[in-house]
Amino acid sequence: MLRMGNSMHNSAIHYFYYRRQSVNIKSQKDFFAGLMFMGVGGAFAWGATTYKVGEAARMGPGYFPLMLGVMLALIGAVITFKALVVETVGGDKIGKWAWKPLFYIIAANVVFGILLAGLPAIKFPAFGMIVGIYALTFVASMAEGGWKFKATFILATVLAVGSYLAFVMALKLQFPVWPAFITG
Amino acid sequence: MDLISNLSLGFSVAFTPINLLYALVGCVLGTLIGVLPGIGPVATIAMLLPATYALPPVSALIMLAGIYYGAQYGGSTTAILVNLPGESSSVVTCIDGYQMARKGRAGPALAAAGLGSFFAGSVGVMILAAFAPPLTELAFKFGPAEYFALMVLGLIGAVVLASGSLLKAVGMIVLGLLLGLIGTDVNSGVARFSFDVPELTDGIGFIVIAMGVFGYGEIISNLAQPEHEREVFTAKVSGLMPTKEDFKNMVPAVLRGTFLGSALGILPGGGALLAAFAAYALEKKIKMKPGEVPFGQGNIRGVAGPESANNAGAQTSFIPLLTLGIPPNAVMALMVGAMTIHNIQPGPQVMTSNPELFWGLIASMWIGNAMLVILNLPLIGIWIKLLTVPYRYLFPAIVLFCAIGVYSTNNNTWDIWMVGIFGVIGYIFIKLGAEPAPLLLGFILGPMMEENLRRALLLSRGDWSVFVTRPLSAGLLAAGGLLLLIVLLPSIKKKREEAFVEPD
Repeated sequence: MLRMGNSMHNSAIHYFYYRRQSVNIKSQKDFFAGLMFMGVGGAFAWGATTYKVGEAARMGPGYFPLMLGVMLALIGAVITFKALVVETVGGDKIGKWAWKPLFYIIAANVVFGILLAGLPAIKFPAFGMIVGIYALTFVASMAEGGWKFKATFILATVLAVGSYLAFVMALKLQFPVWPAFITG
Repeated sequence: MDLISNLSLGFSVAFTPINLLYALVGCVLGTLIGVLPGIGPVATIAMLLPATYALPPVSALIMLAGIYYGAQYGGSTTAILVNLPGESSSVVTCIDGYQMARKGRAGPALAAAGLGSFFAGSVGVMILAAFAPPLTELAFKFGPAEYFALMVLGLIGAVVLASGSLLKAVGMIVLGLLLGLIGTDVNSGVARFSFDVPELTDGIGFIVIAMGVFGYGEIISNLAQPEHEREVFTAKVSGLMPTKEDFKNMVPAVLRGTFLGSALGILPGGGALLAAFAAYALEKKIKMKPGEVPFGQGNIRGVAGPESANNAGAQTSFIPLLTLGIPPNAVMALMVGAMTIHNIQPGPQVMTSNPELFWGLIASMWIGNAMLVILNLPLIGIWIKLLTVPYRYLFPAIVLFCAIGVYSTNNNTWDIWMVGIFGVIGYIFIKLGAEPAPLLLGFILGPMMEENLRRALLLSRGDWSVFVTRPLSAGLLAAGGLLLLIVLLPSIKKKREEAFVEPD
């Protein structure tokens, strides 16, 4: 017990010592993961207080989320603290963000959604599944080194025909397949 | 004999031509997607789930079970041939399986994995059939306090088996629980955390989270890595049959693996992974025969043991789901979601109110396992071809299937926007080293936990001690505490870290 207290004392001293020079993050991944948990947990807990919390015997809708939110924020705080104190090999760096794949994959998804069913809010017409698939394939292919037009076009055609056979013919899922202004 | 009459009821359901066909289609599709690099069973099942919407519930579950086995088997195939574990439980298969493939013995390695899995699966199904009825009896004695305690135990189990930091895994579980609470509260009718968005009052779809985090998140992180040379041993797969010597080494390893796997699979928290690791460790401990290939250089026992263990574990991990309605791991969490879509509330009542479904599913598990052997060993050539498909043709297809899949659940583009958001979140999780599997488990359990906690405390008039004064609940919580204590012990903590680092 005594030893444990001692070592904790030491690490606390370390923490404040380094702190004074510059914030020294020992594990970048954990540091930001902890911050994320703290932020999200705090937000949930705060949101939960806007509902009726109640008491243990009669829980309101806010009770359980408040409990969990506080718990998550506390867990986050411990993770963040540990990330500042416990040494890791190589600093556990997050590394570079892959902005390009991130952007194009999500964009492909969004473009497909817009073309598939349209955006009634801005009166953008539905173009249907087939057009959506071509757009999705071309946009997604940008995520890796750009597209060679012919290869991407063939891939898109294969996917379009395959999806039509599988989802529309075989599984009979209800999709807008063709542009709305053609089918009416 | 109850067991026999139950099983024969099951087989009479599963052995109809149409259900056999669904089992077959499930196995083929599961393997097909499972072999593709970088897609684990969770993403595979999520992606193929929409294909079962139109089917009657029994057929849908049979097909899903087939998909699950196929995906698992596909994972082992890639582990052996490309050194890429399709899922965490085939990580250990990579060690010796890949070495065997490099020595031109990919055939026997695949056969060992296939036959071992089949045997283990058969035993697992028998255990499931034998233990399900008594456990279901027990489940009817469970009150809300016991259910809550059981879920706590399950979640602790999931954390202990997560490969990274314990604390972060706990954080992911709590985050999952919170996400599960989004939507209308069943008791008060209050729409929680839905920001007046009508779609959010129904909550977030579990498919949206599974596909966003496991599908898109993985794709983005895969694309961020430079495409390294994937060595595929296409030409060298000749002669599937293991030699006599191989069989002699294999059989005891399969038996040991099956035993370990069946026992560990029942534990809440994802038995298959633990089972595979434990089986490999056990095989390494057992004295080697003279002239046997050392471990790490292509010992067939290092493939047969863990593969049998993980398949037996995969089988017996259905036990807590089917008897108690509590998913022990992320894959089973998806199965819960699938069952609810087909209007089946998993739990003890399924067996009594819907015996055809229950026993039909169990029988189809065995059929699924048999199909994998019959189908996959001869067809291995086709799966290998698939391995050589470049990733740049694969990932647009995966994005498309995810997008179509989420749209078809509600025919609403809202889900497409949400899956995009969860794709970004999934990528952030990967970058921060936070494992998503506990999150999915927490997400499914969130509403169940709240409901049981609320009921338990309502019955006890707000007295929290109800969880420790009821013996069953106290026992379950004690088991959870013990589990946590064991992992936190310094010596075991070190061992645990070693176990997860070793296979890399």
